[in-house]
Amino acid sequence: MLDALKDELLSQVNAAGDLAALEEVRVTALGKKGRITGFMKELGGLSPDERRERGQQLNALKDEISLAIDARKADLARAHLEARLKAERIDVTLPVRPETEGRIHPISQTIDEMVAIFAEMGFSVAEGPDVEDDFHNFTALNFPPGHPARDMHDTFYLPDAGDKKMLLRTHTSPVQVRTMLNKKPPIRVIAPGRTYRSDYDMTHTPMFHQIEGLVIDEATNMGHLKGCLIEFCRAFFDVDDLPLRFRPSFFPFTEPSAEVDIGCSRKGGELKLGNYGDWLEILGCGMVHPNVLEACGIDSTKYQGFAFGMGIERVAMLKYGIPDLRTFFEADLRWLKHYGFVPLDVPSMAQGLTR
Amino acid sequence: MKFTLSWLKDHLETDATLDQIVEKLTALGLEVEGVEDRSKELKPFRVAHVLSAEKHPDADKLRVLVVDTGTEKLQVVCGAPNARAGLKGVFAPEGAYIPGSDITLKKGVIRGVESNGMMCSERELKLSEEHNGIIELPDDAPVGVAYAEYAGLGDPVIDISLTPDRADCAGVRGIARDLAAAGLGTLKPLAAEPVKGAFPSPLGVAIEAPDACPMYVGRMFRGVKNGPSPKWLHDKLLAIGLRPISALVDITNYITFDLSRPLHAFDADKVKGGIVVRMAREGEVLPALNGKEYALDPSMTVIADHERAEALAGIIGGETSGCTETTTNVFLEAAIFDPVRTAQTGRKLGVESDARYRLERGVDPAAVIPGMERATRLILEICGGEASDLVVAGQEPEWRRTLTLRPGRVASLGGVDLPQEEQRRILTDLGCEIAGEDADGTLRVVPPSWRADIHGEADLVEEVLRVHGFDAIPATPLPRDSVLTRPALTTKQRRVGLAKRTLAVRGLSEAVTWSFMAGPVAELFGGVDAGLKLVNPISADLDVMRPSILGNLIQAAGRNADRGFADVGLFEVGPAFRKPTPDGQDIVAAGIRAGNAVPRHWAVKARGVDAFDAKADALAVLEAAGAPTANLQVTTDAPGWYHPGRSGVLRLGPTVMARFGEIHPMVLDTLGVKSPVVGFEVFLDTIPLPKKKGGTAKPLVQLSPFQPLERDFAFVVGQDVEADKLVRAAKGADKALVKEVAVFDVYQGTNVEEGKKSVALSVTLQPTERTLTDEEIEAVGQKIVAAVVKATGGSLRS
Repeated sequence: MLDALKDELLSQVNAAGDLAALEEVRVTALGKKGRITGFMKELGGLSPDERRERGQQLNALKDEISLAIDARKADLARAHLEARLKAERIDVTLPVRPETEGRIHPISQTIDEMVAIFAEMGFSVAEGPDVEDDFHNFTALNFPPGHPARDMHDTFYLPDAGDKKMLLRTHTSPVQVRTMLNKKPPIRVIAPGRTYRSDYDMTHTPMFHQIEGLVIDEATNMGHLKGCLIEFCRAFFDVDDLPLRFRPSFFPFTEPSAEVDIGCSRKGGELKLGNYGDWLEILGCGMVHPNVLEACGIDSTKYQGFAFGMGIERVAMLKYGIPDLRTFFEADLRWLKHYGFVPLDVPSMAQGLTR
Repeated sequence: MKFTLSWLKDHLETDATLDQIVEKLTALGLEVEGVEDRSKELKPFRVAHVLSAEKHPDADKLRVLVVDTGTEKLQVVCGAPNARAGLKGVFAPEGAYIPGSDITLKKGVIRGVESNGMMCSERELKLSEEHNGIIELPDDAPVGVAYAEYAGLGDPVIDISLTPDRADCAGVRGIARDLAAAGLGTLKPLAAEPVKGAFPSPLGVAIEAPDACPMYVGRMFRGVKNGPSPKWLHDKLLAIGLRPISALVDITNYITFDLSRPLHAFDADKVKGGIVVRMAREGEVLPALNGKEYALDPSMTVIADHERAEALAGIIGGETSGCTETTTNVFLEAAIFDPVRTAQTGRKLGVESDARYRLERGVDPAAVIPGMERATRLILEICGGEASDLVVAGQEPEWRRTLTLRPGRVASLGGVDLPQEEQRRILTDLGCEIAGEDADGTLRVVPPSWRADIHGEADLVEEVLRVHGFDAIPATPLPRDSVLTRPALTTKQRRVGLAKRTLAVRGLSEAVTWSFMAGPVAELFGGVDAGLKLVNPISADLDVMRPSILGNLIQAAGRNADRGFADVGLFEVGPAFRKPTPDGQDIVAAGIRAGNAVPRHWAVKARGVDAFDAKADALAVLEAAGAPTANLQVTTDAPGWYHPGRSGVLRLGPTVMARFGEIHPMVLDTLGVKSPVVGFEVFLDTIPLPKKKGGTAKPLVQLSPFQPLERDFAFVVGQDVEADKLVRAAKGADKALVKEVAVFDVYQGTNVEEGKKSVALSVTLQPTERTLTDEEIEAVGQKIVAAVVKATGGSLRS
């Protein structure tokens, strides 16, 4: 008889379509007025032996039904969740919420790359003002008044300040002067910054950037100058066998002076850097002129060293294949997006300079 | 400086090839800019004979020629006024590239008449600017011969870029001397035998301005015949792009390029009284040889006669006393003029000339008389006549100086050791005199008269190195004075990079704009000091130093919008200028946002940029740069280029660290940029540097084991009460327990009285010792309410 009940209850449990129906089955079977409960109540009227036997049977039935209900409950919950998840489907091909990614200008990135390389060679970064006077920009750098070399600079002038002729620095070399006036040797600095010349055409802009280098101590010679610049150029352009050619030249503030070319190829109108037999001028350098050392209060019989200067846009254009100088200053978002650098791409010698 | 290979060989005995010479020139510092082999370019052009010239049946100004090219007879249509039968000229067949007009010739039909080629002008062959007619060659020109060969243009032309120190190499002889010293041949001797004067010069020379002209040598020539130059001279000048004029003028040009010795020839019959070298008089005018008239002033040196200025010393001759075809009596000048005055006058008047190019670099003071003698021989040879005695005024300036070169100096400065004999050889070959050698090997060197640029030991080292070759200097690594290098950047410099990368992470792109600005734009941003207005701006748009970066960025936003990109985020970290002094510029991180902050999107509501976008940018920069952002006050006194009601200033005490807000609509209007645009300026220099007291350790962290709890309060306050006031009051109510106060709602409208607003605060309490009881929480709540009410005059919203 109990077997029939069990089958009946189990089939009811399995037939319950949702949690409410299942609860109803539970109450029918196990509730206060439930059928198993009803049989339990009848146990009192039985003999002790009969009662024990029947009691055990009833308890076993009760446990079995309870387990069945729990199992069914879990099945129903799973099915319910599945149905919910199915209903919650979204279109994951939709675009994300808008975020704009900014870019770092190639000039900043290039300066950071240069600083990373020169830092490895023990240089620190020096700075000076854009508005300079004639003394720091020319006189202390051994440009005699009226010298034709002053003419070559196309200087922007500001109104005189008393007896000082004010101007916009035409090169970063006045930072050499300021550094030497303020610091005793040994000196090893680079000075990147804005420079100005009154010239505006395909290949010139009235403002551009240069980086200056200065090393002063008791022993640095032209061999070191070559060594330093060869290391720099190869690291910067990421060409291990990049050849450099040093040609004698003239700058008032260095003696001997040199211009430096790097190896390239121009075949088919395409510029490629490397050991290809052709040459491209990239910087000027030399041993600091004794007159400059003396003008900056440094004993030229004891100290010597080298200086160099390089156009930042020019090497950035070469390295990154940027065709037109003038576009650097137009703040065209399309250009910045294309030639700019992602903000967390911070150049370092440990992580590399070129992506 | 241009010269031909054969001209170089006038002075240099050498077997070197053109390539070897070119390479060595560059290695010597005489950078070769180009080598032009005109015989290649002019290959198709031939000497041709015009057999007949008939009027074009259908055009008045055209003629139909039959031209004998040496191989065939061709019909050519020609528009030149001088095209006529019998003329010998230069013919270009179809298919020839015409260098002067950059076209390739095609067979054509001109007004119905077939034309098979072209008779050329000088300009078409790039010989000169002459284009009024076709080239006319002498009758004896051989028909069919390549024109380049006939004209002596088969000689490669080498163009070097001369550094301003090398006046000597503005003459072919100087270049030859350098090459000889570098082992590329031997320098040929130069004959400069003096010519004995046949008569005393009737014209005298007086130097009234000895500073401007230390030496003037003159010589009169009588009975000369000035005509076309002989072919060798004509061709030499033509080959380097100088137009032959007449024998007398050509000779002076030849000596100028050959020896870097400028000369000037006056028509002696037009010189009144005698030669006076003096400063120009106020108001004096010189009609010059180039057809222009120059207004002179007393800073300029002139060569005058007793009546008027006849030439600008060392720059250009005057029209009235210039030599012509009819000149028979000549006064030839060779002089030294002050390089600085020459350069200044040339610059002031805008005259470029071959004489100025050399004299402003400083010519050889010992070569005045030899140059005159060389020219004398040529004039007598070519033009005949007789020469007077020399007239010498002033004297050769002292140029001898003795420099020392220590034996080890080439190695210690130049980095390459050279035997003493080699150093001596190089210096001697360059023309230096070794006046002695000290016991320690120190050389006493007298540089030659033509090398005014050598005035110290470093110059001698350069000469030795240059000739020996910079390639021979071994590259040496810079020694490191410590194994690890120290940081290259100071804290301040590092902040610049942090500011840039922070802003870029926030979605702004970095711009680099001019440090200049248009004056009227600068006025919108507070104007500039008078000392920051350029004396010689490149354009009116760029005539002052910018007082703020914002103007440039706003204009850039406008340009981007014009290109169809209205949602713009740009920043720049760079200088803004206050005063024309070294400390008168500040490093500013400035940025703008324009258009939509959130564009139209399926998930979020679009919105325009507002002041809080700019405030967030400013705070992010300040935070990245290490400013104490939690302690900053916000005031509402931003300058006039911001919207007065929608802008703020972030300050620490009296120090303004940043400004932000909407850009004033009037400013946008003036700049033609659509609103809204918001901007910020952070003054990186004002951010205090960290005080490094206890090394690098940070203060110990305090982590409470008790849960923080949040309580919300809403207050009704006057609508002008700043939210910051409520926040500060709430924070101050219990400094130990109140950890944070956030504003989560600001409301005006239904249920809030007119003129008031409801501000809702969420206060975070952080117990530190034990969990708070309900009573304690209640007590803190009351303290907060009391403090806010007291500070604002508002009330708790019921």
